[in-house]
Amino acid sequence: MEARIGTRNTKSMIFKGVIMFFAFLITVPLIIILLYIIKQGVGQVNWHFLTHVPAPVGEVGGGIINALAGSFIMVLIASIISIPVGMLAGIYLSENPNTKLAHYSGLCVDILQGVPSIVVGIVVYFWLVKPLGTFSAISGSIALAIMMLPIVIRSTEQTLKLLPDSLKEAALSLGVPYHRVILKVIIPCGFSGILSGIMLSIARVIGETAPLLFTAFGNPYLSGAINKPMESLPHLIFTYATSPYDDWHNLAWGASFILLMFVLILNIVTKVITRKWKIQL
Amino acid sequence: MENTIVKAENYNSYFGDNHVVKDVNISINKNEVIAVMGPSGCGKTTFLRGINRMHELIPGATSTGKILLDGENVYDMNAIYVRCKIGMVFQRPNPFPNMSIYENVVAGYLLNGLKISKAEKDVIVEKSLTSAALWKEVKDSLHKKGTFLSGGQQQRLCIARAIAMEPELILFDEPTSALDPISTSSVEALFHELKANYTLIIVTHNMQQAARVSDRTAFFYLGELVEFDDTKQMFTNPKDTRTQNYITGRFS
Repeated sequence: MEARIGTRNTKSMIFKGVIMFFAFLITVPLIIILLYIIKQGVGQVNWHFLTHVPAPVGEVGGGIINALAGSFIMVLIASIISIPVGMLAGIYLSENPNTKLAHYSGLCVDILQGVPSIVVGIVVYFWLVKPLGTFSAISGSIALAIMMLPIVIRSTEQTLKLLPDSLKEAALSLGVPYHRVILKVIIPCGFSGILSGIMLSIARVIGETAPLLFTAFGNPYLSGAINKPMESLPHLIFTYATSPYDDWHNLAWGASFILLMFVLILNIVTKVITRKWKIQL
Repeated sequence: MENTIVKAENYNSYFGDNHVVKDVNISINKNEVIAVMGPSGCGKTTFLRGINRMHELIPGATSTGKILLDGENVYDMNAIYVRCKIGMVFQRPNPFPNMSIYENVVAGYLLNGLKISKAEKDVIVEKSLTSAALWKEVKDSLHKKGTFLSGGQQQRLCIARAIAMEPELILFDEPTSALDPISTSSVEALFHELKANYTLIIVTHNMQQAARVSDRTAFFYLGELVEFDDTKQMFTNPKDTRTQNYITGRFS
């Protein structure tokens, strides 16, 4: 026994070393991607780049304002649709976990989360784009909203489930009606968790290309009309990166950089919010 | 009797098929402190939660019989109205974590959307916190979160929150079981003062506490109200052998 203690300690040390190595290793791809995109993209970004539409082939300059505005508008509309719907559904799931409806509804949410984004795009194409006869920003927004829904629902549900029942009882025992208990006590107490879910769902869909391919399609001009095709950052990257022109490749790198920064900032802000606004129970 | 504030008539409670409170008849007078004691799982808390209709919020929970509050059956009244008239303090202090001490006291008004002026709120807050023996300790930190207080202070804050609604009756569900001895005595001391203005029903499985704070004691065993008498009488000369066995510690 005593003789083996040395070997055992060595084994433990090796094991600790191995898990440490892999914990470090997984940061490498992210760092490489970040550095590469920064190297390629940061040089493209300037005020002109952010405020102009893409230039035609052969012309110098050009920017991504059409994609920035398009992504902003479509994510905004998607949020307006999915946040209230997702929160209300999430409240039901957390409040009535043992009902049949919650069981099947929760199952659907899980499946919806697993549906490939391209499939969501195709479905919206057949539902909206074909009947309406045109690609449009609104159909893109709806595709994005469908992608956001499961994340908003689940994060609302998980957050509210963690709140103790005593909180609800405290409010009910004061004669507060149920809807006010939910709106004035339960949601404010779970606010930071719900908000971080919403932010993460935005970070998730802002980079989605597939659902927009056959819905919002793309538009080389600045457009605010939601019944017309609209450009978005990921779609612009897709189009310009697959083109044969170097100028356009640079545009795509710049757009990738902007998109990446946006997602990065959104994630950091979410972390800060959850830490700062977390309500001590 | 004119002095009666709460009266239970053939009151039964169930969780599904489980008969938890069996045919309870009891009559409680104004400005009394009633202790409800008994071993765990004997239906004390369930009975208490039947009085302000909190019992029915649990899925599968039902009840029969009458609970009369000032002669009117609470089961014929709107549940929300009943809960406004009857305050409740829970086992664990549960101040609202998203609210300051000040807001916690007037939470009943804020959450119900009752419009009252700032001046009225100030009066209610000071009066309620004073009645809950907490004013001196927190008057300089009214706008801090209630969750920063100690356990005993939080529980007194919850009492202040109940008092603020000016209920006729306050129900306490093992109010000191999650508190340390010092906090417990601060809450117990409060019961004597509250008696002047309110009727208190206190569920406890701490016999000493029942003996210390109450005027009359009800002993529940296996869902039945076994004995209900003056506290002194009950602890010195119980009529029922089950009460005697419980008090002498043959079972707990």
